[in-house]
Amino acid sequence: MQTAPAQNPPMNPSGEHHSGPAPGLMRWVLTTNHKDIGSLYLIFSLLMFMIGGCMALVIRAELFQPGLQLVRPEFFNQMTTMHGLIMVFGAVMPAFVGLANWLIPMMVGAPDMALPRMNNWSFWILPFAFTMMLSTLFMEGGAPNFGWTFYAPLSTTYAPPSVTYFIFAVHMMGISSIMGAINVIATILNLRAPGMTMMKLPLFVWTWLITAFLLIAVMPVLAGVVTMMLTDIHFGTSFFDAAGGGDPVLFQHVFWFFGHPEVYIMILPAFGIVSQIIPTFARKRLFGYVSMVWATSSIAILSFIVWAHHMFTVGMPLAGELFFMYSTMLIAVPTGVKVFNWVATMFKGSMTFETPMLFSIAFVVLFTIGGLSGLMLAIAPADFQYHDTYFVVAHFHYVLVPGAVFSIMAAVYYWLPKWTGNYYNETLGKTHFWLSFVGVNLTFFPMHFIGLAGMPRRIPDYALQFADFNMVASVGAFLFGFSQLLFVYIVIRCVRGGERADARVWEAAEGLEWTLPSPAPYHSFSEHPVVDQPMLPGGR
Amino acid sequence: MTQPTAKTMIIVRRLTIAAVLMFGFGFALAPLYDVFCKITGLNGKVTQNGPLTKTVVIDTSRNIRVQLIAVNNEGMPWTFGPKTDEISVHPGEQRLTHYIASNPTARPMVARAVPSVAPSEAAQYVHKISCFCFEAQPLASLATQEMPLVLMIDPELPTHIRTITLSYTLFDITEQSQNDAAATAATAASKRVEL
Repeated sequence: MQTAPAQNPPMNPSGEHHSGPAPGLMRWVLTTNHKDIGSLYLIFSLLMFMIGGCMALVIRAELFQPGLQLVRPEFFNQMTTMHGLIMVFGAVMPAFVGLANWLIPMMVGAPDMALPRMNNWSFWILPFAFTMMLSTLFMEGGAPNFGWTFYAPLSTTYAPPSVTYFIFAVHMMGISSIMGAINVIATILNLRAPGMTMMKLPLFVWTWLITAFLLIAVMPVLAGVVTMMLTDIHFGTSFFDAAGGGDPVLFQHVFWFFGHPEVYIMILPAFGIVSQIIPTFARKRLFGYVSMVWATSSIAILSFIVWAHHMFTVGMPLAGELFFMYSTMLIAVPTGVKVFNWVATMFKGSMTFETPMLFSIAFVVLFTIGGLSGLMLAIAPADFQYHDTYFVVAHFHYVLVPGAVFSIMAAVYYWLPKWTGNYYNETLGKTHFWLSFVGVNLTFFPMHFIGLAGMPRRIPDYALQFADFNMVASVGAFLFGFSQLLFVYIVIRCVRGGERADARVWEAAEGLEWTLPSPAPYHSFSEHPVVDQPMLPGGR
Repeated sequence: MTQPTAKTMIIVRRLTIAAVLMFGFGFALAPLYDVFCKITGLNGKVTQNGPLTKTVVIDTSRNIRVQLIAVNNEGMPWTFGPKTDEISVHPGEQRLTHYIASNPTARPMVARAVPSVAPSEAAQYVHKISCFCFEAQPLASLATQEMPLVLMIDPELPTHIRTITLSYTLFDITEQSQNDAAATAATAASKRVEL
């Protein structure tokens, strides 16, 4: 034995590693550990979820009754804009990146992400980007008020001065996302354990691989479009200014070329999560693993050719309307395959209904409702009626809240015992689920009706006939919003203690991450595990 | 922490190049969009500008109604409109018409008119042989000006189109053109940045 302190030899051949995290706060600033960075991402996104949620509650409080009660219309517009931007870029996307950081190395049998230093950087850009974005609320002229889609010329000619801060914040979060995506791809392609072939990858890993390619394809386009805005505003170019020969409709094309793949970036990892959880609690292998992989890939490819269904009303030729209508409807096929597979997995399974399973089943049901309203919106002639109404709001909140957000919550409940070594309180978890479930439906279901009846979105006041449903929606929103405090409490309580979890955690959980002890050690799989079992969860 | 392997760096390099290319693609969408509109005639953009390059036969059997419309962009104080609201032309016939603009303000201004054709299917059959819209239009305070437009409808226009609407939107570009003038005048100024 040498004089070096006793350490786990295989874990520390170079003497570079520590067996545990460094002490003190600087651990979090300097860390290159995928688990630390995953936790940072998740905590950050929870914080953003709360901030964006407060903005949503400002919106719903104002809409509780017709007329203007609480906020001025200008501020209302800032709230809708910031709520959207923060939830999309600050809450949902970082939460998925956090889950990817925690889980992908453990699932593929890698010691860490492929590029740990870049991983640290891609996280630490985010707090600065969002500080910059949120600081616009306190600036003269107010925060961005042009909607999260920031259509030109609202976001150029008529924008508040703070738009420049918004542009640079978008640049920064774009760089962060691209670096995160590069890391995910490099990890999955390069650091798989021996025997972990591509078609044995857990579905969460597969969906994230495809998501990462989408991110690399479209985040630069977003960076491009905000750069064009920047030069239009400050350097005299006319990309979107008709007076100088530009075209505002071009903005919508470029934005939605990014925007539509972006909405799949926010849902594909959710598909992966649900495909991990349902087999565990149905105690059956995932039905149709290969078709799941193909369905995810085809959704990703189709996402590049459907963007103009967001802009049916700008004046497109009939051929264009038809092309985008049919290509959009085509997406329902692979999505239908996925829903079918989840249902078939549950069929005749010996199901139990722990909190992650409840969230996953709610995901399948409610996401399908959101998908079907999307199909209604895809019908070009009908879309002229639905465009820019609360029906659209209902649609995308159904796919994003009980879709993406529920899947993230399901994932947290499912893997929390693995992360902390303790079970969360099941009773409180189920309470949280039912409060959220009722709250979400109370909030967003009535929006279908007021939307079909013609209530436009992004307005602080509305006609009297919409009053009742709006009141219901506001009550639901406050119920949903405040039940998330319970979620925070459950997570904190679970981190601090609780019933000890064994390595397997769930009776029927399968996959490499469950072969590690709970809580997962700071450094895991320093030597590749050998994957020799013929089947993994979802594998054939 | 170990250094990333060479294999990882190859992936990183390729993906970084892909990201940079996609950034470029975002910008390339701007000219691509124009090319696409030009080829398909979508968006009502008139592309057949300038002197006629081909000889056409006047098709007296058909009459095409050309409706002339004028719109002021927000904040544009000029009065602006066609001299005749509607003209009737044979396909192949060259016709001169005028728009009238007057500047009621106390300052000289510069404007630009941006045309659009409806139905967009007809856009590629509208030839503008000469048009005030090709250039920026300066107008002194309280001045009024007749602005000429010579157009020809291509005889190849599909027969189901009987009415074409030609709309001009007038934009105030006084500020931009002053800046341009200042920029060209001030050759000493090496850089022009407005924030």
